[in-house]
Amino acid sequence: MDAASMNASGAREGKRLAPGRVAVYALLVLVALYYLAPLYVMLATSVKSLDQIRSGNLLDLPLAPTGAAWGKAWDGACTGVRCEGLRPYFWNSVKMVIPAVLISSLIGSLNGYVLAHWRFRGSNAVFTALMVGCFIPFQVVILPMARLLGTAELANTTGGLVLVHIIYGIAFTTLFFRNYYVSVPDELVNAARIDGAGFFTIYRRIIFPLSLPIFMVCFIWQFTQIWNDFLFGVVFGGSDAQPVTVALNNLVNTSTGVTEYNVNMAAAIIAALPTLAVYIAAGKYFVRGLTAGAVKG
Amino acid sequence: MAGLSIRNVRKVYPNGAEILKGIDLEVEVGQFLILVGGSGCGKSTLLNMIAGLETVSHGEIRIGERVVNNVPPKDRNIAMVFQSYALYPTMTVRENISFGLGIRKVPKAEQDKIVNRVAETLQITHLLERKPGMLSGGQRQRVAMGRAIARDPALFLFDEPLSNLDAKLRVEMRAEIKLLHQRLGATIVYVTHDQIEAMTLGDRIAVMRDGVVQQFGSPQEIYDKPDNLYVAGFIGSPSMNFLRGKLVPDGAGLAFVLEHAGQTTLLPVPRTARLAHADRDIILGIRPEHVTDAVSARQSAEADGYHPTEVECLVEMTEPTGPDTLVFAWFNGTRATCRTHPRAQAMAGLHTKLAFDLSKAVFFDPATERRVELDR
Repeated sequence: MDAASMNASGAREGKRLAPGRVAVYALLVLVALYYLAPLYVMLATSVKSLDQIRSGNLLDLPLAPTGAAWGKAWDGACTGVRCEGLRPYFWNSVKMVIPAVLISSLIGSLNGYVLAHWRFRGSNAVFTALMVGCFIPFQVVILPMARLLGTAELANTTGGLVLVHIIYGIAFTTLFFRNYYVSVPDELVNAARIDGAGFFTIYRRIIFPLSLPIFMVCFIWQFTQIWNDFLFGVVFGGSDAQPVTVALNNLVNTSTGVTEYNVNMAAAIIAALPTLAVYIAAGKYFVRGLTAGAVKG
Repeated sequence: MAGLSIRNVRKVYPNGAEILKGIDLEVEVGQFLILVGGSGCGKSTLLNMIAGLETVSHGEIRIGERVVNNVPPKDRNIAMVFQSYALYPTMTVRENISFGLGIRKVPKAEQDKIVNRVAETLQITHLLERKPGMLSGGQRQRVAMGRAIARDPALFLFDEPLSNLDAKLRVEMRAEIKLLHQRLGATIVYVTHDQIEAMTLGDRIAVMRDGVVQQFGSPQEIYDKPDNLYVAGFIGSPSMNFLRGKLVPDGAGLAFVLEHAGQTTLLPVPRTARLAHADRDIILGIRPEHVTDAVSARQSAEADGYHPTEVECLVEMTEPTGPDTLVFAWFNGTRATCRTHPRAQAMAGLHTKLAFDLSKAVFFDPATERRVELDR
């Protein structure tokens, strides 16, 4: 038997499932099911009627799927005394998350550009300080932040929440962008300086166009953080600017005699959908952005 | 008229490290200045200071008649070609070349005219709409030069522009840079670690080491009369041979004591040498082409009147290069490289006769490592 045919038979053997392979796949499927089961339960429960939920098994398929619970979760369910569903709070979250993500990413990008390419005396200290900012727990800043927002008359407003999230996000976004921009060769910036470009022209014409992958990483990260935030939302959101996470909590905890599991599940999925959508839309850049090392010149 | 003058320029970093220790250089308009030296000699720092990318700690840099110490890079009327080319990756070749023009508010029609002319000069017209990522190394190199030429600056700065190219392309581009210089008549400062690039391109060469200019002169001066051992060893390939020995009186003049294959021979030093140098320890610096086979030596002797001394030696190894065969043999405890004609047919392990032509040799003081003028 020559080498080629041996290889070929080896490949055939590889295609047939060895017992070890079967075990690996079985384990993977099991783990996948384990992770997907809650999602299934949520989805199935959200389209079941309350009767079926009360009588049936948790894992049963819905007998007569209905969107009623979704409708109620969206604009009928009670969150505390108001019974408008998640809708107003969902838009609160959208109004909060979009400016907060965009502005914190842009500031992070400029910070990263400065720290990577316009080093100044003490720039390393600034960078270290920003790094430390990544590790400050939310709880620590609540009281001073509350005072600050009160003084600025931004308490209980979406604007105030945006400000909090921007400030809190700068540490992370700066870290992301700085680490991405250090891989952009200094020579590129020097060439542009000699060509006559200034600080912002270099950013706008040279650096920014290179930044799409890292912006995507930043968007995903910041969007997830800000959208999912509960603590700042509940503390600084007041009653008018409450984000959807706080409303979801209120919705689930508001008791009108019967616990409407289907509505709760639908509401939870609604609250989670945007982050999922962002991942799906920008996910391919996520890995690319995190692993992109050298910018080929 | 001075194209560039550098007067007592020093670079000291805040941590106290002195990178440049007082540099004085001056070139005329249209001259090609080479800064050459090993890594860490400060040549790139000096170039960056000329460009304005690094500050000048002390001293003065003038471009033309203007002191530019505190002038930002964009106002120095310079263009720079970087080692990594530093092409803007998101722009096409055309945009890369016109970027600096656009910033300087050159009208669009004028820009197009300049880009087209430059592209034609460098034969990159067909590449104008491509992005740098789609170009080969040599093409990127051309674009980087095009970007510099488009600016029509008073001073071109080249930072090791050929070191990322393969050997063949490097020789081609070297010739192109030289032709370009002849055509444009521009003043150029060119940093390299490659002594062949330095010799072939430069009008003036500054050999640098540890932040000090070791020698500043024309390529031929530096080749023929190196100021010290470092310059002598750095310039020229294969390197100059350094033989440690003694000068002794020999008849009316002086001679160098050569030990070879167990014997001792006196090599007469040219007649102008003063007798005061007798009995002095000395290092004889002699280039490989001046230790050659007897036939070649006789031919060159007829040309310049000095009679090379033939000595017997044992060939350790040979390296045929085609036009020459390099012969390695031991003299005064040093393995010397000698350039012979292939017809001499030197063979490893056999004895052969080599002739020393001391008329072009140089001498160095073993203690100071500086060149000694024997006629002074």
